[in-house]
Amino acid sequence: MTQTADVRTVQTEAVAEQADERVLVASQWQLVRWRFLQHKLAVISLIVLGLFYSVAIFAEFVAPYDPTEFREELTLAPPHKIRFVDPEGNFHLRPFVHPFEKTLDEVTYAAIFIEDETVMQPLGLFVKGDPYKLWGLFESDIHLFGLQDPDARLSLLGQDTVGRDLFTRIVYGSRISLTIGLVGVAMSFFLGILIGGLSGYLGGTVDMVIQRIIESLRALPTLPLWMALSIALPHDWPVVRTYFFIVIILSTVGWTSIARVVRGRFFALREEDFVGAAELDGASNLRVIFRYLLPSFMSYIIARLTLAIPQMILGETALSFIGLGLQPPAISWGVLLNDAQAIRVLALSPWLLLPTAFVVVSILAFNFVGDGLRDASDPYSHV
Amino acid sequence: MLIYIFRRLLVMIPVMILISVIGFIIIQAPPGDFVSSYIAGLEAQGDIIEPELIDSLRARYGLGEPVYVQYWKWVSNFVEGDLGYSMVYREPVVDIIAQRLPSSFTISLFSLVLVFAIGIPIGVFSATKQYSLADYTFTLVGFLGVATPNFLLALVGLWLLFVWTGNASIGLYSPEMQNAPFGPAKFLDLLSHIWLPALIVGTAGTAELIRTMRANLLDELPKQYVTVARARGVKPTKLLYKYPLRIAINPVISTVGWLLPVLVEGEVLVSLVLGLPTIAPVLLRSLLQQDMFLATSIIMILGILTLVGTLLSDILLAIVDPRIRGSV
Repeated sequence: MTQTADVRTVQTEAVAEQADERVLVASQWQLVRWRFLQHKLAVISLIVLGLFYSVAIFAEFVAPYDPTEFREELTLAPPHKIRFVDPEGNFHLRPFVHPFEKTLDEVTYAAIFIEDETVMQPLGLFVKGDPYKLWGLFESDIHLFGLQDPDARLSLLGQDTVGRDLFTRIVYGSRISLTIGLVGVAMSFFLGILIGGLSGYLGGTVDMVIQRIIESLRALPTLPLWMALSIALPHDWPVVRTYFFIVIILSTVGWTSIARVVRGRFFALREEDFVGAAELDGASNLRVIFRYLLPSFMSYIIARLTLAIPQMILGETALSFIGLGLQPPAISWGVLLNDAQAIRVLALSPWLLLPTAFVVVSILAFNFVGDGLRDASDPYSHV
Repeated sequence: MLIYIFRRLLVMIPVMILISVIGFIIIQAPPGDFVSSYIAGLEAQGDIIEPELIDSLRARYGLGEPVYVQYWKWVSNFVEGDLGYSMVYREPVVDIIAQRLPSSFTISLFSLVLVFAIGIPIGVFSATKQYSLADYTFTLVGFLGVATPNFLLALVGLWLLFVWTGNASIGLYSPEMQNAPFGPAKFLDLLSHIWLPALIVGTAGTAELIRTMRANLLDELPKQYVTVARARGVKPTKLLYKYPLRIAINPVISTVGWLLPVLVEGEVLVSLVLGLPTIAPVLLRSLLQQDMFLATSIIMILGILTLVGTLLSDILLAIVDPRIRGSV
């Protein structure tokens, strides 16, 4: 017993030594990657985000229906129960649903949807459905999943107030909701690096002025500021232009925190030994900045950016929710939630709140990935 | 200490000026000048506009003159307390804000109290019982609290309330208390209504505070002075409150200033969703109807109050932590 235990310790020590050697010769990005993979939640979140973004990219294919197509008779129909066992108690390997039959409540005249148990509509993968053009280029009518009967309607997450498929609209909405954060952060990143870099590099009066501007922008309540700026956008603008301007509006505040971080890092890193060593070696200012300063806080900045994305997603959702952001022909999670504002509708059709779940999951995922990246961005800390 | 406060005030002046510039930009942002839209608004309501009124309005805001003159006229009016006239509410802007702002502020203040009353004990509990089931639960709740936007929480809360009680109006007072003079009874009535909005507004802040408090205390607990005190037989609770907690709570105080804008902003959205009679619905309505004087005044006053709040929290921090006083 003791012998095997000894052998095992020797083995683990050998493994540890090997790992040490690997650490010694690894490049910084390898270290960052290893460190990130240790953060289990961050890895899972990254996979979830990957899934979300692939759905957004292939929205036309993933969504079972056209987002604008409505079925009046299915207005506010609840989600289907996906079944494997038919009313006679037989098990079917292929899941199926019963179509809805609409009746009116005799007292309240509220619509009631009852499943017609005599009819079985089987689900299928790669079924034919509404025709679409993927990215406006490739024509097709094959959808990832749906009912095998193209005329029947699968209500996966319920139908909205005019009888459009909510799941389809959530899928299409992810395009705007998930990209607005990325584009907004890219813009904040550009402004933040530029202005924060100037502030940190030049110092003195420029630094003073920039810091005061940042302070005053941050003192104003963010959301009311966004609200005020977004009413300047005309309602008749095309969706793409409104989208772009909303991004600019969201970035008016976003850049300030990145600028602060960049400035702070500039100040802190100038004192580091390796910068001093590079200067003593006769490296020019530009070389010091681009060869030594920027790479050493790049990973940190990327982590901060990841943590800034949820703010942007939330901003868009909030603005569209209260009706000041994107307007209805556009589909985003905030626009979908705008439907859920009427509490009486919501009480009868709680599935209208489902976009919330997607917002929360994507924000959580970005937070975890950001946490993981932040830990990984400094791979030399307590390893 | 006085020097510190003075220097801190001095820094605020340029910030205030910049805020007013941003406010002026917001007024100018919608297409067309504001007197034209004001008149269009009055005409839409079927009023007959006298040319003298138009001229006096144009003269008052310096329209047609260079932008800096317009800015100066607007700012000097603002400083004198003349915030303009609201075309939507047909009242001076000052009066509208004076009516609505106190309830907004009450909600923010209550949520601040709730954030601390809930966040600190839970943070301390999580840190002292690290890796227990309760710790994991609170950590999970904390993550969810940070990730769930306030207004969605308010929406879900409102929905649950409606499903359970069939009542969707929360309000700040019961109908019979609405016009009662303020006294202990009215205060209790307010408490029974305000806890839900205050709790929702404070969720993200509470979650964040639990995380900070837990992390700070966990940094302090393994230190030698704690071990020494324990070895000398100091009672566990007394030990906790007397030494590590005092150090761990310092960074928390410094984040009060950071918390204020979050609370003010959260209050706006939550009040909109819950339909509370605060400044938020006024802000939304004035924006939608392009009543820019009202909207900008609200935004600027919220901004200035946030600045004052940050100043107060900085002063508080300087009192607690002598090292801060030396540097501004």
